[in-house]
Amino acid sequence: MSLFLDKNNYFKDFDLSFKDRLLNMSWSFLFFILLVVSIGILLLYSVSGGSFSPLAERQIMRFLMGCSVFFFISLSDLRIWMKYAYVLYAISLLMLLAVDIFGHVGMGAQRWLNLGFIRIQPSELMKITLVMALARYFHASSDEDVEKTTHLIIPSILMALPVGLILLQPDLGTALMLVFVTVAIFWIVGVQWWKFALVGLGGLICIPVAWHFLHDYQKKRVLTFLNPETDPLGQGYHIMQSKITLGSGGVFGKGFLEGTQSHLNFIPEKHTDFIFTVLSEEFGLVGAAFLLLLYMIIIFYGIRMSLKSCNFFGKILGIGLTVNFSLYVFINIAMVMGLMPVVGIPLPLVSYGGSAMLVLMAGFGLIECVHVNEEMVIGRLGVDKDEL
Amino acid sequence: MPWQSDGVRKIKKRTYMLAAGMLLFSFILFGRMFYLQVLDAEKYKMLAEKNRIGIRQIIPERGLIFDRNEQLLAQNRKTFRAIITAEDTQGNVQKVLEKFQQLVPLEDFELERIVKEIKRKKSFVPVRVKEDLTFEQMSAIQLNIPQLPGIAIEESLMRIYPEKENTAHVVGYVSFLTEADLKKNERLHNLPDVRVGRMGLENSFEVDLAGVAGSKKMEINSIGREVRELERQEPISGNDILLSIDKRLQKIAIEAMKDEAGSAVLMDIHTGEILLLVSTPSFDTNIFNGPVSHKVWSQLNSNERHPMLNKAVAGAYSPGSVFKIVVALAGLEAGVIKLDTKIDCEGRLYVGSHPFHCWKKGGHGPMNLIEALQHSCDIYFYELARQVGVDKIIEVASRLGFGQKTGIELNAERTGLLPTREWKYARYNDAWRLGDTMNLGIGQGFLLSTPIQMVQMMARVANGGYEVSPTLLKTDENGEDKKSLRFSPSHLKHVMRGLDAVVNKYGGTAYHTRLDVNGQKMAGKTASTQIRHISLAEREEGLKQQHELAWRDRDHAFFVAYAPLDKPRYALVVAVEHGGGGGSVAAPIASNIIRQVLLLEQEDKKNAHLKTQFSISKLDLKKKPKFVKPIYQPVDVEDEVEPVFR
Repeated sequence: MSLFLDKNNYFKDFDLSFKDRLLNMSWSFLFFILLVVSIGILLLYSVSGGSFSPLAERQIMRFLMGCSVFFFISLSDLRIWMKYAYVLYAISLLMLLAVDIFGHVGMGAQRWLNLGFIRIQPSELMKITLVMALARYFHASSDEDVEKTTHLIIPSILMALPVGLILLQPDLGTALMLVFVTVAIFWIVGVQWWKFALVGLGGLICIPVAWHFLHDYQKKRVLTFLNPETDPLGQGYHIMQSKITLGSGGVFGKGFLEGTQSHLNFIPEKHTDFIFTVLSEEFGLVGAAFLLLLYMIIIFYGIRMSLKSCNFFGKILGIGLTVNFSLYVFINIAMVMGLMPVVGIPLPLVSYGGSAMLVLMAGFGLIECVHVNEEMVIGRLGVDKDEL
Repeated sequence: MPWQSDGVRKIKKRTYMLAAGMLLFSFILFGRMFYLQVLDAEKYKMLAEKNRIGIRQIIPERGLIFDRNEQLLAQNRKTFRAIITAEDTQGNVQKVLEKFQQLVPLEDFELERIVKEIKRKKSFVPVRVKEDLTFEQMSAIQLNIPQLPGIAIEESLMRIYPEKENTAHVVGYVSFLTEADLKKNERLHNLPDVRVGRMGLENSFEVDLAGVAGSKKMEINSIGREVRELERQEPISGNDILLSIDKRLQKIAIEAMKDEAGSAVLMDIHTGEILLLVSTPSFDTNIFNGPVSHKVWSQLNSNERHPMLNKAVAGAYSPGSVFKIVVALAGLEAGVIKLDTKIDCEGRLYVGSHPFHCWKKGGHGPMNLIEALQHSCDIYFYELARQVGVDKIIEVASRLGFGQKTGIELNAERTGLLPTREWKYARYNDAWRLGDTMNLGIGQGFLLSTPIQMVQMMARVANGGYEVSPTLLKTDENGEDKKSLRFSPSHLKHVMRGLDAVVNKYGGTAYHTRLDVNGQKMAGKTASTQIRHISLAEREEGLKQQHELAWRDRDHAFFVAYAPLDKPRYALVVAVEHGGGGGSVAAPIASNIIRQVLLLEQEDKKNAHLKTQFSISKLDLKKKPKFVKPIYQPVDVEDEVEPVFR
C-alpha cells in the first residue's frame, strides 16, 4: 500500500486557482470547435431554404448551452469526475433501463427519456460515462493487471450492460460505438494484440448468429448497403441519392443555397444524419475536405492534450472521448458516402440535434479539463475524500 | 514511480498507433470523396439533373375548321374536368370514386373505364373521371375535396361542332386515344387532352390540325411535384382550315333529305369546290366529347341506314341510268350515232334467246339521242352499247372519272368499280359477254360508282369537258387552266340537250321537278337502280309499285343535275338508298336544293356590300385564324376508319 497516495506529497496541494485554470485552457481547441459548429449552422440555414428559423437558431441556442457545459466542466477539478465516475455510470445505466421501460418512441425506436423540461437520450450520456468508468478502472491497473485476462472481465461487463440495453431500443449505431470505444481503450492501456485478434476471429464466427438477432430493418440496411442498385426505389434509394448528392457537388460545389438535391427533398434526414451531403453538394470537395481537416485537427488536439496529462485517468478519459468523437465523424461520413451501412449516427457538431450537441460539448469540456489539469498527478488508488 | 513510467510508455506507443489508424481512415474518406466528387462527378451531376428535371408535354390547341364564309364548323371550348391520380388517393381508389359518385353521378360503363385505366397506367398518371363539369358539380367537388384525395379539377378543351349533324360527315369528329393508337403512332402522347380525328376532315388533316406539342422543363422534387418552371417551349397550335363548303347549304341539304337515307353533293363545276356534302341519316358529332356508351355506339353502328357511313364517298352503287350520259357520249365520240340517229324501242330486245326489257312495258317507239335520254329509254342504250362496244364505253367512263377515287379529302372514299374485259377474266375466269356490255349500257351489272364520282362526271360534262376534281378546301383558282378531256364540244352539247329535255321538256322523267329561279333552270338525269332480280313471272304479273315493296327491296334513286341551264356553275348529285324512283324521289330533293342554292346566291349578291353576317363568329375568336391550305395525303383504306372510344 506504500505505493498508494500518501498525505505528505504535493499531490494533495495540487490546487489551481480559477485564474490559473482559465490561463491553462487551450483556446485554439475551442476555436476549431466553434469553426465546425459555424459550418453546421450555415448548412442548417441552407437546409431551411435560407432561413435561420427553425433549425439554425435553435442549433445556436443549443451550442450556447453546450458552451456553458463546456466551460463548467473545463474549469472543474478533474478529480471530481474520477471520484464520481462509477456513480455517473450507474445513473446512466439506470436511465437507459428507464428508457427501455417508459421511453419516448421517436423515429421508430425508443431512445428518449422525457423528464418534462428536457428530453434526454441516455445512450448519448453513456458514451461519456462508460469512458469515465473505464478510465477510472484502468487508472488503478498496473501493466501486469492489464495483461491478465481476468482483469478485463469487469470492464467488459461495464461495456456489455449498456450495449445490451441500447440494442434493445434498438440502436445498432450507438451500441457499436460503445463497443469500439471500449476496444480502443483496451488497446491503449496495453491489452496484448493477440487478444484482439482472437476476439475478432470469434466475432467473425459469430456474425451468422448475430445476423439472426438483427431486426428486419437492420438486415435490410446491411443488405442494401452491400448492393444498393438492386432496390433503387426502396431501401437503396437513400444510399443512391446520398451518393448522387455528394458526387454532383463536384470540386467546388453548386454554391451556397444552390443545392438541388437537398432543396428538392431527395435527401432524407438532410438536417441530421445526412447533412454532410448538403455540405458536399453546395461546397464541393473543397468544403467537404475542409470539414474533414477540421475534424482531424480537433482529433489530434484531443490526443495530444490527453497524452500530455500526467495522470492515467486523464489520458484514458481524453483519448477515449477523442476516439468517441472520431467514431462519430468516421461512421457518419463513411455512411453517407456509401462505405458503410446506414446506421443512425449524426455528424458531430454539425447535425441538428440537442442531446448529441450537449454530450459532445461535455466531452470536449472533459478533454479540456484534462488539459487544464495536465500537471496533476493522481495516485493509483485514486481520490478519496480527504484528498480533495 | 516505476509503475507509472512504464504505463506511460506503453500508452503513448499504442495511442500513436491508434492515431495512425485514424489518419489512414481519414485518407480513405478523402479518397472516397475524391472518387465521388471528381472522378465520378459527371455521372452524379447528370443523375442529379435527371432527378431535378421533369419534362411535361404541352398540348397544342387543335386547329379550327371554318366554312367558306369563315363560319366556325369546329372549335375548342374551355371546360373543366375531374381527374384522379391513383397514388394520391391514399391507396383507396374505390372509396374515393364512391364518394365522388355521391356528388357527381357516373354511369357504370364510365366507372368501368376509369378503373381499367387506373390499372393500366402508372399510379402518378392522372386519369379522366368526368368531362365537362357543370358549375354545381364543380363547387360540390371543391367543397368536399378533403374527402376526395387524388381528385383534382383541371381545365380541358372540348371540341365543339356548332353545326352538329349538318356537317357530321364532312368535318368528322375527334375522340380520345386508345392503346391501339399509341401502338400505331409514336407521335401521340398518352395525355388526357390528346384526341385524334376519327372521321371526315378531322381525320384526313389530323397532322395539320393537331399542331406540334410544346414542352416545359419543370424542376420537380423528390415526390414528383413541380416546384418551378425552368424552360418552356410553346406548343404550336394546329393550322386552321378553310373549307369550300357553306354551312347554310349543308343545312338546306340535310333538311331536303328529310328521313331518307342517302347523300347529296353540290360541286362548283369550274373549281371543283364542294359546296355541300351531306350523308343521311346524320348524327351529332358532339356526343364523342363525353363518354360514349356501348349502347349508343352500337345503335349508331347497327342501324340499317348506316348513319356512320359517309354515303357520298363510301356508298358504291350501280349508277343505273345516270351512266347513260357516259354511254351517249361514248356513242357520239365513237361515231356510232349522230344526233338524229333513231333506234326503235319495242319494249324488249333479244340477245340470243335472252330478253332485255325496257322499263316501259310497251316500248317507246323510234327515238333519237335526246328523246332516249329524256325518256331514259333502256332499249336505245342497250342497242347503243352493243354497237359502241365495251372498250370505248370504259375508255370514256374512265376519262370522266369512274373507277378511280376522285381524290376528295376524305379517307372514307371508295373506288367503285369500272369493269373491263381483263377484270372480268381475272375475277370470274370468264370472258366478257355481249350481255355484260348491254347491262353496262344502262349502268347496271358489275359497274359500281360513288355519288361523288357521279357529281364529278356531271361537272366534267357540264363545264365543257375539262378535268375537274372535287375538293373540300376553298381555293383561289378560278378553274380556267384546267386540263381538257378532249371531248368534242358539240358532242357534249348534244348530251346536255338531252339532260335539258329530261327536266324541261314535257314527258321527261323529271319534268315535274323543273324550276325557274328568275330565269335560271336546271338540267339532269334520273336513275332508279334495281337491286334485286325481277323474274319473268313477276314481269308477266305486272310490276309492283315501289312503295308496296319492303324498304330494303326498293330501288336506289339517283338524280344528277347541273344548273343554271344556260351558263352552268353547279353540279349536283342526290342519291337516295332504297328511295324508289329517281324521278319521283331523288329529283324533287335535287330540285329543292338547287332552287334554294340559286335563291341564296342571289341574296348573297344583293348583300355582298354588307358583309356583316360573317363577322359574328369571328367575335368568338381570341386570335385571327391562321389559314394554311393543308396537303391531303390519302390513307389507303377502303373502309371507314374504325372509330374507337375512351
